[in-house]
Amino acid sequence: MAEIQIKGVAKTFGAFTALHSVDMTIADQEFMVLLGASGCGKTTLLRIIAGLETASQGEVWIGGRRIDHLPPRHRGIAMVFQNYAVFPHLTVFENVAFGLRMQKLPETEVKRRVQRTAELMHIDALLGRYSGQLSGGQRQRVAVARALAMEPDVILMDEPLSNLDALLRLEMRAELKGILAESKTTTIYVTHDQVEAMSLADRIAIMHGGRILQAADPIAIYRNPAARFVGAFIGNPPMNFLPAEATPEGWTVAGELFAGPDAPGPLEFAIRPEDLRPAETGLPATVRIVEPLGPHLLVTCDVAGRALRAVLDSDLRLRPGDRIHLAPAADRVRWFDPKTDLAVTP
Amino acid sequence: MTDTATIRQRGRRLTQAAVVLLCGWVLGPIYLLVLNAFSAPDAVTGFPKRWLPGFDLHSLRMFVEFQGVAEALWNSVLVATLTMILSIALGAPAGYALSRFDFRGKTAFRVLVLMTRAFPLPLLALPLAVMFIRVGLDDTPLGLALVHTTLALPFAVLITFSLFSGLPVELEEAAWTLGCNRAQAFRKVILPLVLPGIAASAIFAFVISWNEVFAASVLTVQHRTLTAFLLTSLDVSPLPLKFAGGFVLVLPALIFIFAVRKYLFAMWGIANR
Repeated sequence: MAEIQIKGVAKTFGAFTALHSVDMTIADQEFMVLLGASGCGKTTLLRIIAGLETASQGEVWIGGRRIDHLPPRHRGIAMVFQNYAVFPHLTVFENVAFGLRMQKLPETEVKRRVQRTAELMHIDALLGRYSGQLSGGQRQRVAVARALAMEPDVILMDEPLSNLDALLRLEMRAELKGILAESKTTTIYVTHDQVEAMSLADRIAIMHGGRILQAADPIAIYRNPAARFVGAFIGNPPMNFLPAEATPEGWTVAGELFAGPDAPGPLEFAIRPEDLRPAETGLPATVRIVEPLGPHLLVTCDVAGRALRAVLDSDLRLRPGDRIHLAPAADRVRWFDPKTDLAVTP
Repeated sequence: MTDTATIRQRGRRLTQAAVVLLCGWVLGPIYLLVLNAFSAPDAVTGFPKRWLPGFDLHSLRMFVEFQGVAEALWNSVLVATLTMILSIALGAPAGYALSRFDFRGKTAFRVLVLMTRAFPLPLLALPLAVMFIRVGLDDTPLGLALVHTTLALPFAVLITFSLFSGLPVELEEAAWTLGCNRAQAFRKVILPLVLPGIAASAIFAFVISWNEVFAASVLTVQHRTLTAFLLTSLDVSPLPLKFAGGFVLVLPALIFIFAVRKYLFAMWGIANR
């Protein structure tokens, strides 16, 4: 059992605040992804949990034990680094066995565990080699095997796939998901790649400016962003935003009337590009750029002076300058308060 | 097209000529030194010169049997070894701290490390001689080794600093998460990786001490090192003896510099591979 509780963890580097009092609970065996652009504090948070960085404030609990004052070796964690950190002077076998030898396990147990994790990570043929004789993907596998062999309560991963080439990344992603689900450890995984986050996570925590903006399952994050930043960050192309004016009948967006939440003042109307379709009525749009992507057309339009992107069927014959109407799927429209940048629910 | 090709070719010829000239400049005297050290004593003073050494060991044998040479050689080795040990014992931890920790005055400290080389040795040697006489360190190998250590230390600090900086911090951090404390991580992961570089840095300190002559002359009287001994004794010796002495002095330095060239190049930021 290894539930992770982060209570009011904050970190300042001199005048710079990397983390503003973060609170989060990660359930036992959950796969939590910390997602955000570089400098958002995700790696700092991970390193505080690992004990490689000390928090300026707050507490970290793992499995009901407060661990923020303990050195990394007493926290029951294993970590996979972005640059793999495979020890170059040791063979693959000794790398994987390193942590087990530190625990002074009997030699037969060391051998058994190394063999088992090596088979799991498909590196059993490489056990006699040195890191310099391995490819990037193989080094990555050694780093993961070394962490798994520890049989830790918690595995922490800091952008483990970002140094691999695209095809290998795809392959490792699926493999990691299977292996980590099997191993029954709690995983915290840091990445800036939203597709990676979506495909791996039980839950994603979106971080921005040292704060967690939203922590929810991937589909909820995608469909119901809690903040404007989340909508604009997740999705490729990201969510469209248009200003909405309050009228007695409802909300007008680019001259069109929509039903919306009961709220004072102006709001922002938000819709994902794939939730728009051409229709007789709807947002009046002038086509600017048409990018055929095979199954879809990515169409950039001009709506009331704002750029708006729509993913449309590729059978449509559209040319720059065409005037069309785009109808948003009514149940997919979201509203944000431009003052707080938070979602407003009807 | 042809014009640029000719210009490029001329440029290459010029570079080659410069390389040959520089190599000749450095290697010529060394060659003459070796030539004369291995020639019979009468060939050394004779003229015209032969261009190949006669492999005559008379001069060298004469030099080795010369009164006081053996003791001076022993003193040199002793002082250089002490310098080597002291420089690494003090320099390597400083290099590690510079590369791994952030502390107030780090930049100032780095400059100060280099500043120790800014003072001319004569300026330091005479006051030091007085001080050494007071505390009883005068004319001892340890006293001289301390002075040589101050000369070698900046290099030890900077070389080890670049060694430690060349190792990703993540290697150490990985070791910590895998059950090591700081000392264990250093011993099991960092030390094996920097050992060749540390050895090179140690040898460099050895050579600095081996070649140093000024402090050695001022601070020792009875227990001269080889350089100091040669400076005072060989002045009045016959020519073959001088060549033999010069050869014995140059040889270890040449071998050591050759052995550590990779690290020296790395230190000066020249790509070696």
